[in-house]
Amino acid sequence: MAELILYVAGGSARAQRAESQVRAIIDAAGSNVRLEVVDVRADPARAEEAGILATPTLVRTDGPPSRRVIGDLADRDRVLAFLGFEGVRA
Amino acid sequence: MSSTLDKLETGIKGFDGLTLGGLPRGRTTLVAGTPGSGKTIFAVQFLAEGARRGEPGVYVTFEERPDDIARNVSTLGWDISSWQEQGLWRVVDASFRGEDAGIVVGSFDLDALIGRIEHAIDQVGAVRVAIDSLGAVFSRLGQRHEDLRLQLGQVAERLRRLGVTTVITAERRDDSAGVIDRHQMEEFVADNVVILRHTLDDERRRRTVEVLKFRGSHHQEGQYPFVIVPDQGIRVVPLHTLDLTQPTSDARVTSGIAELDRMCGGGFFRDSVILLSGATGTGKTLVASHFVASEEEGRALYLSFEESREQLFRNAASWGFDFAAREAEGRLRVMSLYPEAMSLQNHALRIDEALEEFQPDRLVVDSLSALERGGSRRTFREFVIGLTSLVKHREVTSLFTNSTPTLGGGTSVTEAHISTLTDSIILLRYVEMYGAMRRAITVLKMRGSTHDRSIREFTVDDKGVHVGRVFTNLSGVLEGRPTATESAMVEQMESRFEPLAFGPDLGDGELPR
Repeated sequence: MAELILYVAGGSARAQRAESQVRAIIDAAGSNVRLEVVDVRADPARAEEAGILATPTLVRTDGPPSRRVIGDLADRDRVLAFLGFEGVRA
Repeated sequence: MSSTLDKLETGIKGFDGLTLGGLPRGRTTLVAGTPGSGKTIFAVQFLAEGARRGEPGVYVTFEERPDDIARNVSTLGWDISSWQEQGLWRVVDASFRGEDAGIVVGSFDLDALIGRIEHAIDQVGAVRVAIDSLGAVFSRLGQRHEDLRLQLGQVAERLRRLGVTTVITAERRDDSAGVIDRHQMEEFVADNVVILRHTLDDERRRRTVEVLKFRGSHHQEGQYPFVIVPDQGIRVVPLHTLDLTQPTSDARVTSGIAELDRMCGGGFFRDSVILLSGATGTGKTLVASHFVASEEEGRALYLSFEESREQLFRNAASWGFDFAAREAEGRLRVMSLYPEAMSLQNHALRIDEALEEFQPDRLVVDSLSALERGGSRRTFREFVIGLTSLVKHREVTSLFTNSTPTLGGGTSVTEAHISTLTDSIILLRYVEMYGAMRRAITVLKMRGSTHDRSIREFTVDDKGVHVGRVFTNLSGVLEGRPTATESAMVEQMESRFEPLAFGPDLGDGELPR
């Protein structure tokens, strides 16, 4: 079961872009992916805990190792590959 | 340009004087320097001094781990964990925790960071923020400096709106002029820039701080030396930039020697600096001792760089001065120090502390020339300027002794440097005459007053110093090679009975011994 956490800053355009990208990734990967979305504006303590600096940041936590991608995830394939979703084409 | 901005006193000793009140309140100041120049200490000290005053602070670290910072600064005497418990200190740990690999895909903003900083500021009601360091942000979030610069500009803007006063540290590659920080962040991040430098000057470490710009407010210009002191941190060496012209006060104090007072036209000016120069053995310490014991009122501070306290007391006693009693009564303090014991900057700090603590009316530095070797020419000159400014600022009448390099006289390094800085110069010289060594005294310079321009004989007995006859018909006395003019011998005999320029009580025609 893949665990993903997406840290975003409120409802900015960038955040929305990132979220839709992630959902597309999940669809392609099937039901074996769990996603949590954290709004760092609403919950800065979570951001502090996880050491998040930039938004959006997508973290795959079911490691090891845990991996993170910073940015609006424009290049979906690259994100997929980096996060270890081989063989999944979005 | 707005009128002088409100400033926040940092509490960093000497820095607030340099900046005329501290850092611009509610703004961001960039503190840039090469590695090892003291930026992190500055940033931590900024918060530490705040915590001491009950002003909470937030420390955002991009580079060092919070534990490492706490450990490093505990050697400077700051207990961060206790401040954390008291709600005076919060850390935003943006350091690399080594946990997860990461890449950047697409555009991003620093909202998360801003959110975390804001959260921390809220939690403690922070007044001060330190961000350490800018270079580390770039290496963490690498790509596309343009984007990052804009983002960091937003962080600075946010902090401004929150009304906190922020210090951001930034790395320079070297000290070449023109580049403030490696990533040229200054226009985006800070209205105000401070540079810390750390160079080797004649094999000695020389640390300086310079306020490069404060937008909209005034500050002292130029580079000022500072030291990093255990248990205290950064201390900027106080160099008040006083205009060294006429003494501001007409009030006079006695030198302790009546005849010398007359030669000076009435004694020393109270806020003046007097240079007493002569070869070893000519009597400088004796004159200085007269000065120390010159008044029953007031206090004297004697800084001895040549003799131990015991030696000094013994010599003084042989001249009839009871220094031990004076000391016991709190009218005298003697500090005996090795010139090599510390850097000139540290000496300056020690002296400032002693002046602050003891509040003397009179100061003796015996000798200034002993400190010459403590640094390069530039550093020594700086030290003398600083010391002179310091004592004038405090209105302490100061006598600095100087040893000339040869027995006959000659110009010493000290003299060359500081003769323009002192108000009065008194020379003591050996004079070889008729097969015996005698001594001469003359007032070479007495700013703001007429003075006796003759060269007089200087004798010592068990009651101390006596200034006597004028050495007439001789030239070359100051160089230590007096040359009698042709009929000098005869005239000497004749002039023995002449009344002398300053009244009948000076000399009375005794046979020269």
